[in-house]
Order: sequence, then structure tokens, then C-alpha cells
Amino acid sequence: MTEPLVMARALVKRFGNFVAVDHIDFDVLPGEAFGFLGPNGAGKSSTMRMIGATSPRSGGELRVLGVEPDDYGPQVRARLGVVPQEDNLDTELSVSDNLYVYGRYFGIPRRQLRQRVAELLDFAQLAERAGDRVNDLSGGMKRRLTIARSLVNQPELLLLDEPTTGLDPQARHLLWDRLHRLKRSGVTLLVTTHYMEEAEQLCDRLVVMDRGRIAAMGSPRQLIERYVSREVVELRFDDEEAPAMASLVNGLAPHTEALADRLLLYTEDGDLTAQAVARRGLKPTNVLVRRASLEDVFLRLTGRQLVD
Amino acid sequence: MSSPAPRVGVTVASPRFARPAALVGRNLMVQKAVPYVWATGLVEPVFYLLSIGVGIGHLVGKMPGPNGAEVPYAAFVAPALLASSAMNGAVYECTTNIFDKLHWAKIYRGVVATPLTPRDIAVAEVASAVVRSALYSAAFLVAMAVLSGTRSPWALLALPCAVLVGLAFAACGFMSACYMRSWTDFDKVMLVQMPLFLFSATFYPLSVFPRWLQLLVEAAPLYQGVAACRELCLGQPSWDIIGHLAYLAALAGAAMAISTRRATKLLTP
Amino acid sequence: MAGTQVPMRLRPLHYFWATFRRQWRSDISTTFLTPVLYLASIGAGLGSFIKGGQVLASLGGEDYLSFVAPALLVTTAMQVAVSRSTYDVYGCKNWWSGAYRSMLAAPLSVGDIVTGHLAWVAARVGLASAFYLAVSAAFGAVHSPAAAADLVVGPVVGLAFAAPIIAYAITVRHEQPFVMIFRLVMVPLFLFSGTFFPLSQLPTGLRYIAYVLPLWHGVELSRGLYQGSLGAWPALGHLAYLVVVIAVGSMAASRTYRKELAP
Ligand SMILES: Nc1ncnc2c1ncn2[C@@H]1O[C@H](COP(=O)(O)OP(=O)(O)OP(=O)(O)O)[C@@H](O)[C@H]1O
Ligand SMILES: [Mg+2]
Repeated sequence: MTEPLVMARALVKRFGNFVAVDHIDFDVLPGEAFGFLGPNGAGKSSTMRMIGATSPRSGGELRVLGVEPDDYGPQVRARLGVVPQEDNLDTELSVSDNLYVYGRYFGIPRRQLRQRVAELLDFAQLAERAGDRVNDLSGGMKRRLTIARSLVNQPELLLLDEPTTGLDPQARHLLWDRLHRLKRSGVTLLVTTHYMEEAEQLCDRLVVMDRGRIAAMGSPRQLIERYVSREVVELRFDDEEAPAMASLVNGLAPHTEALADRLLLYTEDGDLTAQAVARRGLKPTNVLVRRASLEDVFLRLTGRQLVD
Repeated sequence: MSSPAPRVGVTVASPRFARPAALVGRNLMVQKAVPYVWATGLVEPVFYLLSIGVGIGHLVGKMPGPNGAEVPYAAFVAPALLASSAMNGAVYECTTNIFDKLHWAKIYRGVVATPLTPRDIAVAEVASAVVRSALYSAAFLVAMAVLSGTRSPWALLALPCAVLVGLAFAACGFMSACYMRSWTDFDKVMLVQMPLFLFSATFYPLSVFPRWLQLLVEAAPLYQGVAACRELCLGQPSWDIIGHLAYLAALAGAAMAISTRRATKLLTP
Repeated sequence: MAGTQVPMRLRPLHYFWATFRRQWRSDISTTFLTPVLYLASIGAGLGSFIKGGQVLASLGGEDYLSFVAPALLVTTAMQVAVSRSTYDVYGCKNWWSGAYRSMLAAPLSVGDIVTGHLAWVAARVGLASAFYLAVSAAFGAVHSPAAAADLVVGPVVGLAFAAPIIAYAITVRHEQPFVMIFRLVMVPLFLFSGTFFPLSQLPTGLRYIAYVLPLWHGVELSRGLYQGSLGAWPALGHLAYLVVVIAVGSMAASRTYRKELAP
């Protein structure tokens, strides 16, 4: 059996009295893409920073690349790539100098580094902007530069904290493609996101986090199978009417959720349920039958929506 | 258990100064783009020397030196200006810059994700400031030799002395930057720096002051630099210099220790 | 206070006032302690070494304290004005959430922003001048009630620096160039405008440069007022010169502000 690259047992992070990460356990295996899915404030970034050896843990056990990150910070960081949630590029340096200087922090020899910088500029499709100041780049370009920067030391484990936030759909798909390529070349990915589509696209396995705890763990398919049914019927009502309607759909589906403007009916056959709704004489403004997603898993587990 | 082995090409660079050196290199790269900052930094102390040493010197005439014998005012005040410009330069260099990088540009957030530690950052920034300060001090010594007729070979030792002043105050500057919450806190730095500049026996001997103020000044950090530089530049060294230098070294060490702790808290919460 | 009654041109002051209210304690202590420390150290301390009839005659007959105090009021006006028109302009444009942009988003014109910022600088300089005046009176350096007119001279000198400097400050992309203003403009003027020793000690060439630059005019005005010896014609001449600098500077500022903020 291969040893996990990251192993957490009862891991805790406190800020003063506030518990941001509350006794979580998980393993990340070599070569896999592992995700943290959760709403704002769930503790995803706090967990990532502990793994990235830039935030000491407050309790529990943590091993990254086989050692304690708190004791071997520089050694661990030398082998990690980190894409932080907020870009923190060096605004006083040009695009290519950002990559070059970052490489120097890893002690990469100058000659080797120059070649690496050229490769990374191509990877990020920023070769034409190499001499520009970072502040003149668009948000998406900055993000790509940050991601390229995280690869300068050819990391074994790449930590991506909401890598595609602020990117347009095209840029997002491009980035997913790049990440798939990295994964194929053997890099282990750790991704946080609150986009379920991203989690489904990228992650072999993921945990759903909420208020510092892990609510569920598994592959996207497994989670959907385990916690929700195959299909969902969404009944949309006029403002604030939905909760009042909840009692009227009793018995139509094994499980229902009432949101402010919608009722969600979890069922094995959406069309049949939709017909049953019509027979009861309900008049929703809109009826939608769709496949269940991680969003539904989250709603089921926490009673709250992932993205409001 | 063994520590993890890095990939080819990546060195964790454990020697104490190799990691900060990369950040010093980054700072030099940025500063190379603004040569006028260097150039004007070399000129500024000379303005002070001309105005205060020569201009006011014309009004004052002579001043009693450390051993009581009268010396021309320019020769009296120049070493003090050397020390205080080392202080002003280092504080200027460290406070605004560092605060900007910490809180606005957030550059260090990226740096701590590499093998560099907050301590490496403190060392690198202070070292960068000291490099510049040393350059300015050397230029000042040359100007001083020309303008105020300093001839004693002891004056050469005033350079390391001024560098030590720069080091101590760069460390203090970094420390203050770590504790600042907003730009207006710079006013508080000014409130410390200004009395140090004006009252550290810079412009006239301590004997002017009442006894209590003399004791206060003798305990203040810039006074150590002024006294040591003055004795050396006037060619009248005493054993007191050892004490002055030890004081500055201790201040630098303490400020670095506090800076490291505070920066660690800020950057790796 | 009813916001609607404040004229547009002065509305940016709301912003500056709000920032001032947050930081007034440290601001006031710096503004107050600067004159105390300078007058004690340079005026009284160093002054005690400046004696002899001939030397004092070259300073206008009084002691050294009376010679430097009025000049220091003016150099402080310059320093306050320069620092409030470099980093503050840069900050309003780039840092602290782009205050200028939000002013433009409110119905303020670029001209209102220029006037508002300058009005703010003038107010701050006025405050600093008032402190200086009070402290130097306490030190016994004021010899005529005419010195009260420095409450106007201070802000006028301040504006003569602030107007051209904000015109430049709005155009910079990085705060590094400000150090040039400090080191190549402010420091030499501070040191060589007849502040610490009479201008007559300077070589002729340098003296003429000092005449052209605004600080010397302010120093002459202030010194004349402190001694009560200022003639009407020289006073008008100095003031007229400073007003011309302010006018040209403000015109330039409106232009560069428009170019940068509303291109
Ligand atoms: N340095 C800090 N000091 C105090 N509290 C903090 C700090 N960093 C994070 N927190 C708190 O910890 C909790 C978890 O924050 P974290 O950034 O880990 O959430 P997240 O899951 O990444 O959320 P988001 O999706 O918004 O990025 C939040 O309530 C946050 O306010
Ligand atoms: Mg986060």
C-alpha cells in the first residue's frame, strides 16, 4: 500500500477561541486529485494553509510528504506548489521576473531557471506579456501567472485554493485542461472550490466541509448515490411562497427540501413525480427535472445552499 | 525518520544566509530600476553637511570636542550627521516599504509559501537596508574628508560604526512596520525619530542639558552612534566606544528577535 | 451638518475630515511637538552657542532663536504641504480604496477634487502654523503682533508647494519618485533658504537660485512679521510671487488630474 502524501487525524485550527477547522481526518493519495468543497468560511483555506506549512496546526496530527510541516517547513514547501485564494504576485516586478525571482526563492540555479521561466510563460500563454508589469494584466492573466508561478519548482503536490475564481468559462475550461495534464504527469492535486462543477470535473475524491467539519467523503458519484436520489424535480414559486407549499407535496417523493423560492423533490424518476405534482393541482411558475448534483448533496447534508 | 529529499534543481538552501540572499537579490533587482533613488540618497547628507557644518558653522565658530579641546564646528557636527543620516536612511528604508509589502502589496504572502521563513524575510529586508545605508555612509565619509578636513585614520572605523547604526535602526524600522496598523502610524515613528535626531548631542555637546536630560540622552540609541562616530572622526577614541557598539548590537539583536516573532504571527497565522 | 449646503468644490473635504477624525490624536501630537522640539534643540540649544555682536548683527540684531523661529514656521508649512500632497494624492488614487474614484462617482468634477484637496492641505498647514506661532510665542521669539498674519502666510506657502506637486503626484505610477521631491527639493530648500543662516553667506549664484524658489519669499515674509519690520511693498511683492506660483500650479493640476482621472 502506498503511503498517503497528506494525512490528517483530528486536525484542528483555532484563531483565538474560534474553531475554524474542527477535528478533521482525511488522506490524500499520490497521484489523485482531492477536493475540498464547502461554502464561505467552511475552513477550506485554513486547512490548505496548514498543509502548505504556512500556518501551524492548533491540534491533532498532520503529515505532509511523510513529515510534520510545522517542523520541516522549508523542506516541505520546497516540494509544494501553492496557488493561494487571492493572487499575491510581486507588483514591483515584471511578469517574467515574477517567475524568475520566485524560482530563486527555491534556490534554483540561474541558468536552469531561465529555461524554466520560458516554459512557464508558454504554459500560461503569457510569453508576449513577459516584460509587462503585473498590474497591467487582466484578472484572468494574473491567475494564470500565479498558477505558472506555483509550478516553478516542479512540485509533487499542488495546492490550489479556488483556482478558477474570477475566470471566465473559457479560461476555466482551459485551466481544467492544464490541471488534467499535470495530473497525468504524476502531480497530486489538492483543490478547494465552491463550484460543484469544478469538483465534479477535477476531483477523484472529495470531502464536503461545513463549519470546520467534514460532512461527507467520497467520489462525486458515490456522494450523489449515497446522499441523494438520481433525479430532482425543482418547483419554482413566486417569492416566499415555497415553504407554504411544502405540506402540499407530502408523499410525492422520498425526500423534499424547501428553499425560499423553490421546492426540491428527490426521486428516482423525475418525470413521474412531475406528473404527480400536476395531478395534485399545484401551479408552480416553473417545473424543472434534472440530474442530482453535489449541490444537492451539500443541501441534504447541511440544510443550506453552497452558493447563495 | 528522514527529512524529505527535494527534487533536482530545488535546493532548500539550509545555510543560514542563502535563503534570505534570494530576497536581497529581488530587492536589488527592484532598486536597480530606480537608480535616482540611490543617487539622491548619496547627495542628501552632503546638503546637511554644507548647511549645518559650513553654514551654521560660520555662525558658531568652534565647539569643544570629546576631550575638551575646541574643534571647528563642521568637524564637530559632521560625525553626528553621519550617524543620524544612517538612522534616518535605515528607518525610511524599512518602515514605509515594509508596511507596503506586508499589508498592501501582500508580497510576503507569496514568499512564505516558498522555503523562505518569516525570519529569512526579516533578515533579508534588514540586510537590504544595511547595504544601502553602508553605501550612503561611505559617500558621506568621503564628503566629510573633503569639506570638514577630517584627517585621522581612526575616521575609517567610523564606517563600520555607521553601518552598525544603520543595522540597529533598520531592525527597529522593520519591527515598527510589523506593528503598524495604518499609514498614520508613521507619525508615531516620526515622534520617536525626531527627538532622537535633535537631542542626541547631534548639534552641540551634552553639557548644555540639565543632568536628567543628559542621562536620558546617554541612554538613547542614536547617542551611542553619535558619540562613537565623533570620537573616531576627531581621532580621539576612548574605551567608551566598545560600550556604544555593544549597545547598538544588542538593540539590533533584540529588534530582530521581536521582528521575527511578530512577522511569523502576521505571515503564518 | 446638512451636506446639501456645502458647495461642490469643498465636498471632498468630507472625505479628508473623516480620515482626519480617525487619526487626529497622532496628527495633533506630531504637529504640536515638531515646533517644541525644533525650537528647543536648534533655537535655544544651538542658539546658546551663537553669540558675539557681529554674528548677531548679521542675524538682524536679535538672538538666534528669534532668527530661526519664523523661518521654521515656514519650512514646516512646506513640509506639511509636501507630505499631504505626495503620499496622500497617491493614496487617494491607488490605495485606500481609490477615494478619488468614489468622489468622481459621486457628482463631483475633477476641478472640485483639485480644489478640495488643496483646501484640505491649506487647512492642515494652517493648523500647523497656528501651533508654531503659539509655541514660538511661548519661547519668546515673537516680537510683534503682526506675526498673527503668519496664519495666512503659512497656508499660502504651503499651497505654493502643494499645487505644483499634486499636479505631478497624480501622474506617478509608483511612490518611489516622491523621494526625489523630498531629497532634491524639500531638503535643499529647508537647508538653504535663509532658514538657519543668512542668505548673504551663500555664494552669489546660489543666492539667486534661492530668490527664485518660493520658500525664501515665505521666510522673508514670516521673519518680517515676527519682527514687525515688514514693509508694505516687499510684502506685496513676496505675496504676489507666491500667488502666481499657486495659480500656475493649480492650472497644471486641473490639467493632469483630468488626464489621469477622467481621460
Ligand atoms: N487569520 C485569521 N484570523 C482569524 N480568523 C480567521 C483567520 N483566517 C480565517 N479565519 C476564520 O476562519 C474561518 C474559516 O476561514 P477559511 O478562510 O478557512 O474559509 P474558507 O472555507 O476558505 O472560505 P472561503 O470560501 O470564503 O474562502 C472563517 O470564519 C474565518 O473568518
Ligand atoms: Mg478560502
